[in-house]
Amino acid sequence: MNNLHPNLQLTPFPTAIPAWQAPIVAGDLQLICHKVRESGGRLVAIWGRDRREAGFVLHVLLLTQTGLLCLNLPLSRQVPSYPDISRIFPSANRMQRAVYDMLGMAALQAADQRRWLRHAAWADDSFPLRKDFDAQAALRSDLDDYPFVRVEGQGVHEIPVGPVHAGIIEPGHFRFSVVGEKVLRLEERLGYIHKGIEKRFESSTLQQGAKLAGRVSGDSTVAYAWAYAMAAECIADKTPPDRALWLRALFLERERIANHLGDLGYLGNDVAFSFGFAQFWILKEQVLRHNAALFGHRYLMDAVVPGGVSVDLDEAGKKVLSEECAMLTREVQLLRRLYEEHAGVQDRFIGTGRVAPKLAAQLGLCGLAGRASSQAWDMRVQFACAPYGMLDVQMATHQNGDVAARVNVRFDELLESLRLQREIMANLLGTGDLAYPLASLPANGFGVGMVEGWRGEVMVAIHTDAAGNLDRVHPHDPSWQNWPVLEHAIIGNIVPDFPLINKSFNLSYSGCDL
Amino acid sequence: MRNPEQILGIIFQLTQLLLVVLAAPLLTGWVGQCQAWLQNRSGAGLLQPYRVLNKLFHKDAVIADNASWLFRITPYIVFGCMWLAAAIIPIIAVDLPFSRAADVIALVGVFALARMFIALAAMDIGTSFGSMGARREMLVSFLAEPALLMVLFTASLISQSTQLTHIVETFAHHRFILYPSLAFAGIAFVMILLAENARIPVDNPSTHLELTMIHEAMILEYSARHLALIEWASSLKLFAYLSVGIALFLPHGMIEVGNWAGLPLAMGLLCGKMLLAGAGLALLEASMAKMRIFRAPEFLGTAFLLGVLGLLIHFLLGA
Repeated sequence: MNNLHPNLQLTPFPTAIPAWQAPIVAGDLQLICHKVRESGGRLVAIWGRDRREAGFVLHVLLLTQTGLLCLNLPLSRQVPSYPDISRIFPSANRMQRAVYDMLGMAALQAADQRRWLRHAAWADDSFPLRKDFDAQAALRSDLDDYPFVRVEGQGVHEIPVGPVHAGIIEPGHFRFSVVGEKVLRLEERLGYIHKGIEKRFESSTLQQGAKLAGRVSGDSTVAYAWAYAMAAECIADKTPPDRALWLRALFLERERIANHLGDLGYLGNDVAFSFGFAQFWILKEQVLRHNAALFGHRYLMDAVVPGGVSVDLDEAGKKVLSEECAMLTREVQLLRRLYEEHAGVQDRFIGTGRVAPKLAAQLGLCGLAGRASSQAWDMRVQFACAPYGMLDVQMATHQNGDVAARVNVRFDELLESLRLQREIMANLLGTGDLAYPLASLPANGFGVGMVEGWRGEVMVAIHTDAAGNLDRVHPHDPSWQNWPVLEHAIIGNIVPDFPLINKSFNLSYSGCDL
Repeated sequence: MRNPEQILGIIFQLTQLLLVVLAAPLLTGWVGQCQAWLQNRSGAGLLQPYRVLNKLFHKDAVIADNASWLFRITPYIVFGCMWLAAAIIPIIAVDLPFSRAADVIALVGVFALARMFIALAAMDIGTSFGSMGARREMLVSFLAEPALLMVLFTASLISQSTQLTHIVETFAHHRFILYPSLAFAGIAFVMILLAENARIPVDNPSTHLELTMIHEAMILEYSARHLALIEWASSLKLFAYLSVGIALFLPHGMIEVGNWAGLPLAMGLLCGKMLLAGAGLALLEASMAKMRIFRAPEFLGTAFLLGVLGLLIHFLLGA
C-alpha cells in the first residue's frame, strides 16, 4: 500500500481487520483516490469532524486489496473545503453532499451541489454536527424545492412516487421519467427519516451508543452493534473472549438467515406469487421466535455489546437451533426448486433490473447486490475477522446482475449461513466468559469496525475526545453505495417492474438518512 | 292470467337481486379463504369482506379538492352497473322480467359503461397513478372485450339467440351434449374472467405496490363509502362473471319463474357451483405469478383466438 503516494505516512491501527490511517494534504486526495481506484480499491465512507479551534477533519475510508485505508484531511475553520472525489468514486456524490449538510464542509467543483439530507428542516447556514449548533434556534420548517433533473422530449412524463406509499414501508421519493411504461430515468430523493442519530451519539455514553448503533437500521442491528463494538474494542485495544466472538458470528448469521428468508418471500410476493411469500415468512417467523425465546429479542437487538455479548446459548438452545437448521435447510432447498421451476416467476426474475458487472464496478456496487454482479467482495472472506478466519466462508457470486442473480445469491448465502450456523455451534463448547467489562474508552482514540451484514459491509467509526467520551460516531450503511446504482438498474425496464427490482436490492432508508 | 305471472316474475327477480347483492361479498370472502388455505395460512374468514364494507361505510369520505362531480358519482354508477348486470343474468331462474330487456351484447356494454366511468374518474383527479391505472385498464379491457364477445357468440350460435335466458334454456333443457366449440369458449372465458376481474396473472387485487397496480391504481383516491361501493361492485362483478360462466357452461338445475318447489334445489346447486368456481379461481391464482403488463396482450390474444376457434369449430362441425 506504500506505493500509493510518496507523501503517504501510513500508521497501522489495531482493529479486527488490517487497517492503516494516514494524514494527507488536500492536493493529494484525488491522486491517492485515483491510485486506489486503479488498483481495484473501493470507497467505503466519507465523514467529517468538527475539532473546534483545530478546524475540521475530513475522513475518507477506502478499501483496498490489502485492507482499510483511512485518509485524514485537516481543513481550515475559515474555508472548510476539499477536492471533489465523486468523479473518481461516483458513490461519493451523496456522501459529500451529506457531509456538507451536516458540517458545512464543501467538495470543490463537485458537479452536484444540491442539498441531500437537509430538506429545509434547519436553517440554510447552520450545520447540525458542528459543536456550536443550537438546535433551538436553528430548526425551522419550510418547504424546499428540490431541483430534480428534468427529462424532456415527445411523450415524456413524470411519475412522482412517495414519500408516502400505498404499503407500509420506509419513506423515500422516486421520480420516474417515463415514455408510456418505459423508464428513461429514475431519480431518488431520500432523507425523509433523518433522525439526528450522529448528533445523538455525541451526548451518549459508550453503552448508550451501543444501543443507538443497534437501531440505525433495524434489520441490520447485529451488524451495526458488532461494528460499533469492534470500533470501541479497537480503541481500547482489547479482544473480546472467544465465546463472545463465536456468539457474535452466530447472531450475524441468524440475522442474515432471517433477512434473506424475508426477502425471498417478498420477491415472490412482488410477482404476486403469494404462495412463496407465505412459505418463506412462516420460516422467517420461526427463526424470529427462536431468537426471542433463546436470546430475548426477535431481531437480536442489544445482544452484541462493547466487550462481548449479553446473552449465552446453552445446550438446550443448541438443540433447538440444530433442529431448526435441519428444517430450514430442507424447506429452503424445496422452495428454491419451486422458484426455479416456476415459469411465471422466472419470467419476471430473469433479465429484470440488470446491472452489468462493468457498470457495477464503475459505480461501486457492494454487498449482496454487488456479488450478484460479479463484485466479489465479502468481508467474511477477504478480511475474515475472528471467528470467520476459522470458518472458511464460501462466497456466493453471480455474473448476470439481474433480479434472478440476486435471488440466487440470496439462496446460496442462506444455505451457506445455515452451514455456518452448524459449524459455529460445533465450536461453542462448554461455557466461557461472555464479555469483559468495557466501561469507558481511552482519550483521543480512533477506531473503525467493519462487518459483513446481510446487505453488505456495515462500518462504524468512533472518535473519542480528550476525556474519552464519544466525540464523533459515524455509522455507514452499504445502501449509500447501492441506492445510486438502483437508479441505473431500472433504466430501460418498465414501471411495474420497479418494485421487484427495488425489493431485489432491498436497501435501507434509515441507514442512510441517519 | 298475465298479472299473477308478472307479479311472480317480479318476486323472483327481486329475490335474485337481493340474493346477489348480499351474497357477492361472501364469494369474495370464500375466494380469499381458499387462497389462505392454499398458502398454509389460517385466513381472515368468509365474513371479512362484510367487515371491510362495514368499516368503510362508517368512515368519513375524503375527496380531492379538484375532484369533479364525475369522481363523486362514479362509485354509484359502477355499483349500479354491476347490480344491473347481475339482474340480467339468469342466476337462479330463467325468464326473469329483466333478462328480456337486454341480451349478452348489452351485458358486455353494461360492463364497458362501468369501466368507462371508473377510468374517467381515475383521470379526473389528475394523479399520476390514476391515469397510469386507467391507461393500463384500457389496454387490458379493449383486448378482453372482443374476446368475451367471441365466447358469447359461440354460445349464441349454438342456441340461435343472444338472449342469455334462451341460451340457458337451450343448454339446460336438452339432453346433456358435449359441444367441442364450447370447450374452447370455456377456456377463453376463464382467461377473460381473470383479466376482467383484476385477478392474477393479469392484475393483483391484494397488492400494495402502487406502481404495479391496474384496477387498484384507479381507485387509490377513493375512501369510505365510495371505496365501499367500488369494492362491493368488484365483488358483484366477480359474482356476475361466474354467473355468466355457469349460465353458459353449467346451467343445469336452473328453475323457471314460479317453480317454488325447485327453489331450494336451485339455490343449493348455485351455492355448490359458486363454491367450486371460487375454489378453482383461488387454485388458479395460487399457482400463477403475475405476468409483465406487456404479456397481457398475448394472454388476451390467446383468449380471443380460442374464442374464434370455438366459433370456427361450430361452423365446421356444427357442434
